[in-house]
Amino acid sequence: MLGWELPPHNSGGLGVACLQLSKALASSGADISFILPYSPTAGYDFMKVLGASDSTAPLPYATGVYESYKYLTAGGSFDLDLHDQQELYARRVGLLAESMEFDIVHAHDWLTFRAALLLREKRGCPIALHVHSIERDRAGGCEGNPLVREVEATSMLLADHVFAVSERTKQMIVDDYGIPADKIEVAHNSIDPDIFEFSDGDNSYHYLKYLKDKGWRVVANAGRLTVQKGLPHLLAAAKQVVAYNPQTVFLIVGDGEQKEELIRLAADNGIARNVIFTGFQRGQRLRDAFSIADLFVMPSISEPFGLTPFEAAGYGTPSLISYQSGVSEILRSCLKVDFWDIDLMASKMIGALRSQALLDELSRNARIEFEKLSWQQTAEKINNRYQQLAGAYA
Amino acid sequence: MSRSIIFYLHAHQPWRLRDYTIFEATKSHNYFDTDDTGSNSNRRVIEKVAAKSYLPTNRKLKHLLDKHPEFKINLSITGLLLEQLEAWAPDVLASFQELASTGRLEIAGETYYHSLAFFYDRPEFERQVEQHKQKIQQLFGQTPAVFRNTELAYNNELGQWADQAGFKGVLAEGWDPVLGWRSPNYLYRPAGAQNIKLLLKNYRLSDDIAFRFGNRDWEGWPLTVDKFVNWINGTDHGEVFNLFMDYETFGEHQWEDTGIFDFLEDLPEKWLSQPGRSFMNFSEAIDKLEIKDDIDIQNTVTWADTERDLTAWLGNSMQQEAIKAVYDLGGTIMASGDWQLIDDWRRLQASDHFYYMCTKWFSDGDVHAYFSPYKSPYDAFLNFMNVYHDLRWRASVFQDKIVQKETV
Repeated sequence: MLGWELPPHNSGGLGVACLQLSKALASSGADISFILPYSPTAGYDFMKVLGASDSTAPLPYATGVYESYKYLTAGGSFDLDLHDQQELYARRVGLLAESMEFDIVHAHDWLTFRAALLLREKRGCPIALHVHSIERDRAGGCEGNPLVREVEATSMLLADHVFAVSERTKQMIVDDYGIPADKIEVAHNSIDPDIFEFSDGDNSYHYLKYLKDKGWRVVANAGRLTVQKGLPHLLAAAKQVVAYNPQTVFLIVGDGEQKEELIRLAADNGIARNVIFTGFQRGQRLRDAFSIADLFVMPSISEPFGLTPFEAAGYGTPSLISYQSGVSEILRSCLKVDFWDIDLMASKMIGALRSQALLDELSRNARIEFEKLSWQQTAEKINNRYQQLAGAYA
Repeated sequence: MSRSIIFYLHAHQPWRLRDYTIFEATKSHNYFDTDDTGSNSNRRVIEKVAAKSYLPTNRKLKHLLDKHPEFKINLSITGLLLEQLEAWAPDVLASFQELASTGRLEIAGETYYHSLAFFYDRPEFERQVEQHKQKIQQLFGQTPAVFRNTELAYNNELGQWADQAGFKGVLAEGWDPVLGWRSPNYLYRPAGAQNIKLLLKNYRLSDDIAFRFGNRDWEGWPLTVDKFVNWINGTDHGEVFNLFMDYETFGEHQWEDTGIFDFLEDLPEKWLSQPGRSFMNFSEAIDKLEIKDDIDIQNTVTWADTERDLTAWLGNSMQQEAIKAVYDLGGTIMASGDWQLIDDWRRLQASDHFYYMCTKWFSDGDVHAYFSPYKSPYDAFLNFMNVYHDLRWRASVFQDKIVQKETV
């Protein structure tokens, strides 16, 4: 298994998805070695985790996977840009793999694809590429970085098999890269309620708690503050919501290159006092953000999967999500809207926030859906594909 | 032993709400799309169902009434459907009137608005029943003698109400848990009632036609008239077999290619060719047949889903809030004397709006279990409540005027 991040050094959903998927695959019989670009600080009993570098500094890498737009220009504090990092990773994986035995290479997202191709060249093993997002997603629906597109297009064309996290992603791979649809298999992400950490004790957002007691409503979003996530649309809708009910506060949890733009936008819209930016949070403070909210909103412009509405469901918080997300293919008990339809987004938020009955009903039913979630089905699908791919090479 | 079939069809279409955002509230008061292009256009629904179901079925029924002088049918048709037919499908209305002119089509009484007002606002309920009666008299020249409540929602209290309101019969679902050892194939008396008789739907035989007819996985498929007539003949007990179903069974729920119209064509001939077999109108059965027993039905029974209760309309808190909100406006709206406002309010009472908010099957992904113009029950609720807020605003504007007058 080749991946770019794993918790606790994850910057978003990719690391979490890789970890949970690996765990489910391991329990259905796969023997996994997971190679990271950095030296791992945490170990797991269900798989071996190896580092392709001696550095334990995860930061330059950790945000790297999402910041595909940067690698033309950026070096940051590191000497290498993302492109070079990718090449370096591939070379080091190649060296590391020399002493390893394996039947199949399963690689997660574009930064690891070159390494997967290299391993097939050296070892003649089948490779499966797992697409958690493509460049068009990260570029918020635009073409994005042409060099990253080239890596994605070429690797998927050469790969033995492609897993996509949603029907939506599969369709985009077909449309953007002309990869034959029958080579791409949808493997939906999931959450295991068993390993889900529930919120307990005092909620960290004391001020919001105070506002709620005064009759305020809290709308939350959690995610990277980046073009893909569609937050300017949310703030435009928020303006209308606040005009209707000034006692509404929007809690924006996360960080990213759009942060300053969003703060300015909130002020331009005259709702600065109704929008709270917390910066990046994890652990208890992230969990508390989900649970303090009356409504969780994921207005993404292009979301290959998007696990946060399911997390919200786990904390008993109902969601409004965009149709332009993979999760909308499977989560039914939530409100949905096209990301560009700001009026309707606002209308639905207003309607939901003033009906406790609707919020309760959504929360109850989403919770039922949440509890039925499991990685088991996806893991079985992938394991079957492993058998078939390995068989074809034997 | 003589045996009769009471063949009864229920025809209804609500006024579906158009997509209405909260920003329109206080500004725009047209809630019902009547374009011929809009996606929720009521006109388009009527035209579609007319072409697929009402027209071909009425043609078939007229042909059968002409061919078999002993063939009889029963109908209930809501005011909401009648006014839409008057507006956009006068030919369909004429075809219903043609059936009625044979004297062998009996029409049941019900609420004009297909509402659940019986459970929320009794005076309003009675006004709607009266309004429906007048509409039927005006269009068909007959006065309903038998009552069916919306969704066949029935309990002792309804039986007693229909009794004192002067109906001689009332319809209900022949649901086993309330029947106990009794057969649905006889007439009964509602507990606590004096003169009225209760007709019970034989849901097995009815649903064989209404729900299962075209289902190739059903062990009874294909359902021929011979097979169906044999099932009735093979029943141990019974004088009257009540086949109650939605009118749209013919051509809409069961498409023409299932052979449903051929089944209808052959049923009267095969049934009537046997000795002692007949079709009856409601009133005829009530006049001719004796009561077997009293039936005590305390909890409301309906003809919907496996639970046969009101949970499909009132099972979750959204549905309960929405319907309560609507009926809470009753006093103000009736006092306004503004007939447009009153009519809009009543159209919102149609049970269909609450059915669209049902979440019972939704999270399982079983979207085909019911029909809805909405993508989700939550959208149905939000849209309905947006309209409600405008209606409430209109009512409060009126109330403010009264207050002003009084203070002047």
